Amino acid sequence: MTKRWYRAPAAALVIAAVAATPALAQKKYGPGVTDTEIKIGQTNPYSGNASSYASNGRTEAAYFRMINDQGGINGRKINFISLDDGYSPPKTVEQIRKLVEQENVLLVYAPLGTPPNTAIHQYMNAKKVPQLFVATGATKWGDPKHFPWTMGWQPSYQTEARIYAKYLLESKPDAKVAILYQNDDYGKDYVKGFKDGLGDKAAKMIVAEASYESTDPTVDSQIVTLKSSGADVFFDVTIPKFAAQAIRKAYDIGWHPLHLLNNVANSVGAALKPAGLEKAVGIISTTYYKDPSDAQWHGDQDYKDWVAFMQKYNKDSDPADNNTVLAYARAFTLVQVLKQCGDDLTRENVMKQAANLKDLRVPMLLPGILINTSPTDFFPIEQMQLEKFDGKAWVLIGKVLGS
Amino acid sequence: MSATSEPGRAIAAAGEAGAARRAWRGAGLALLLLAAVLLPFLVSSYHAFQLTLALAYAIALLGLNMLTGYNGQISLGHGAFYAIGAYIAAILMTQFDWPYWATIPVAGLVCLVAGFLFGLPALRLEGLYLALATFALAVATPQLLKYKHLEDWTGGVQGIVITKPDPPFGLPISQDQWLYLFTLAVAVLMFVLAHNLLRGRIGRAIVAIRDHPIAAETMGIDNAIYKSLTFGVSALYTGVAGALGAIAVQFVAPDSFNVFLSISFLVGVVVGGLASISGAVYGALFIQFVPNIADDISKAAPWAIYGVFLIACMYLMPRGVAGFVQSAAARLPWRETKKG
Amino acid sequence: MNALLHQILSGLATGGIYASVALALVMIHQATHLVNFAQGEMAMFSTYIAWALIEGGMPYWDAFALTILISFLGGIVIERVVIRPMANAPVLASVIVFIGLLVILNSVAGWIFTYTVKSFPSPFPAEPLWNNSYISTHELGAIGVTLVVLALLFIFFRFTLLGLAMRAAAENPVSSRLVGIRVGWMLALGWGLAAAIGAVAGMMVAPIVFLDPNMMSGILLYGFAAALLGGIDNPAGAVLGGFIVGVLENVVGAYLIGTELKLTVALVVIVGVLTLKPSGLFGRVLVSRV
Repeated sequence: MTKRWYRAPAAALVIAAVAATPALAQKKYGPGVTDTEIKIGQTNPYSGNASSYASNGRTEAAYFRMINDQGGINGRKINFISLDDGYSPPKTVEQIRKLVEQENVLLVYAPLGTPPNTAIHQYMNAKKVPQLFVATGATKWGDPKHFPWTMGWQPSYQTEARIYAKYLLESKPDAKVAILYQNDDYGKDYVKGFKDGLGDKAAKMIVAEASYESTDPTVDSQIVTLKSSGADVFFDVTIPKFAAQAIRKAYDIGWHPLHLLNNVANSVGAALKPAGLEKAVGIISTTYYKDPSDAQWHGDQDYKDWVAFMQKYNKDSDPADNNTVLAYARAFTLVQVLKQCGDDLTRENVMKQAANLKDLRVPMLLPGILINTSPTDFFPIEQMQLEKFDGKAWVLIGKVLGS
Repeated sequence: MSATSEPGRAIAAAGEAGAARRAWRGAGLALLLLAAVLLPFLVSSYHAFQLTLALAYAIALLGLNMLTGYNGQISLGHGAFYAIGAYIAAILMTQFDWPYWATIPVAGLVCLVAGFLFGLPALRLEGLYLALATFALAVATPQLLKYKHLEDWTGGVQGIVITKPDPPFGLPISQDQWLYLFTLAVAVLMFVLAHNLLRGRIGRAIVAIRDHPIAAETMGIDNAIYKSLTFGVSALYTGVAGALGAIAVQFVAPDSFNVFLSISFLVGVVVGGLASISGAVYGALFIQFVPNIADDISKAAPWAIYGVFLIACMYLMPRGVAGFVQSAAARLPWRETKKG
Repeated sequence: MNALLHQILSGLATGGIYASVALALVMIHQATHLVNFAQGEMAMFSTYIAWALIEGGMPYWDAFALTILISFLGGIVIERVVIRPMANAPVLASVIVFIGLLVILNSVAGWIFTYTVKSFPSPFPAEPLWNNSYISTHELGAIGVTLVVLALLFIFFRFTLLGLAMRAAAENPVSSRLVGIRVGWMLALGWGLAAAIGAVAGMMVAPIVFLDPNMMSGILLYGFAAALLGGIDNPAGAVLGGFIVGVLENVVGAYLIGTELKLTVALVVIVGVLTLKPSGLFGRVLVSRV
């Protein structure tokens, strides 16, 4: 018996040593990190045709200012460098190279736009720099096998389009569909997802397609064409300005189809109000976040926090612009990833933690929608919910869809 | 007789002075070339990349200057030829596995033909109307590139990704440095060709057409052929530039070639200096680097700063940087010609 | 048949927009022999001023009148301060200054007013006339306003001394000075008038396309095309050109080639017309003396 007196203290010593190891662990820093600072880079269109997305970068900069005011992440302040690329891929390449090679940022966060991100896709993976939470819904960002350093954030456009297709097949299988889409990667991605979702019924169901350029003054002519095709379902893939025009024109010429409006364009303040709320009754869309111009959320703590943030830190941006909500939620996700990194702030660990988000609740996302990632699942948000506009607000219908 | 008489001595002196000036200028150019070659080894990879783009723009601006500065035909649509050159390089490299250096002459030739064909109907248009026609070309280009029936070739809205070429013969330099040197070599070649072209008979014919088209016609210059050929050659230069730019950026997409690119080219040509070869270099440096400077100055409204720069440049140097340099140089004390 | 009529009327409505912008462009050209690339952005900025006034509580017509006055004065100031120093510079240098102005106005508008789309009120009733479903009352009203402005311009240039002086100053500045016309102020006046016309155009356009800083960039090209199609020295031609371009664009997109190449084909047609009639459909053919 007395021979084993040392076992307990020995075990205690071992346990204590193991427990103390993290405290003794080396702080591991990648480029752009010091004891007091984390450098993060971004490209965003602050000029040119796509300058309406400038609010993304501005809101994110404001959010990081707020985090810094609250003490930073594990004691380190965020140094956020956001450069203008004017939505022009050559400029994006130039600015990203500056951020990676000259500014030595730890990671590039939420670069915006599919062509800009395509231009830097190979470079980021070759240089092994995280291209994290890219601000576009193209499906190709969730491919960890070939591009382990790139991850999206929002539900992919094709996922959303398939939800509409499924809804249609279930509720109106003999529908005749007319599609209006923006003639770029954004619009075409939706159309592809929609057609895939309809399967072999696509050719029979889709009776008309019309596109427009984001530089066109109006889409009135396209609406007239679509009406004359005799369609009774209108799949509308636009941005708020053109959605407003489409809703108004369709109403004015006496066309009242089942109107499926995509998520990017469904803001109450930016699209429905200018068109006229009474003209938007019955529109179906999907969402994964709380529309701040929708009164049903105004009692929520989430909303109140967001309003306080907008008023204190982000006065330059328009509260009716839904980009501010998305940027806010996305920035929260990044802060969560960095918090999870602790003192191991290497690029490898950043990607590892980004691929390690389990049931994360993000403010301003719908109740029931949680972020989940894993080494084989690089789609953080995959859930959406259908909603219908009743003339005053979006009413959620059904349940949260998607895995 | 000869060198002892008053006029004879003056001519001989002028000849010597001219020879001395040419020798100085030649030495200056050689020094500049040496500095240009050494540059990528002295600055970071990122700056070498920026300078490569600036060189490509310089070639494009030289082409546009030939058409607008020397020949007086305003083009707001050279972005289209830049795009054609870029896509030719991309398609040949990705779909047909051509080596990058072989795509340059093809890009140039295709644009030569395209420019000539566009120049033919453009003969009937003057000034503003030509500007509109070329502006229409610039606006239509992204739409054409996105056209679904051409998608198999152009990659549609997704664009085409190009692999960066490696330095040949296993030279111990980085890819960026090699690309810069390659682009520099092509640029020097194009500049020398342009210099010879514009200094000779053809250049004088082109300028004559700009200044006095009717007199030129009377002198036996076939205006139609010269104007169309000038359009073609200027498109050739811009196409070569587009190919070089595409290889440097490693990506082409319709959004890269919008109206603003064509407008930037015009800005570059005027700010650099119309009807001047060195103007192309000044202009290229302006359109490559000034937007970045403006961005540094103001995040809220960077293009407002750029606009202010533009207006200020035009006030201070209405004939462009090259014009300013020329008039400043003429006022240097040792250049004053003795009177009487 | 129904659909065709629809497209044509819709095209006339859009054409009205192009016509009003074309009118402003022609105005500047008549006064200065330059094409002002910043015209669209000036109109957009004026519309934002009107919007701000209305948001501040001013009744529509008061804001309308005040905006026109502010734009008129603004145009004069721009001419005196920004354009005057370039009087002796090459033409292309002035073009670059216009581009600079365009970029500044666009950027500042985006900074002050953000890029969210805003709705702009219309002075015309919302119910369509005779309950038709083809064209809204506002669109008809906008066309009417454009025609009224055109008529006023015509009267001004043809029947008033000031109008005559302006035309003389643009045509032959040297001789005009000799007969006592203050050429400098004529130019400034021309800019002021063009800015005012632009403001009217913007305020008529905004209810249709919604107000945002990039509102005019798509329209400017069509306005430019319309002005040249009708003949750059002919205001009535410019207005007619606007309608032609609007209808053409719609019909081509709906029946000929589909919307994917609508812009391209419309422009090709315009350029084609210009090669056949290089001075525009109704322009004066200039004969140059050797």
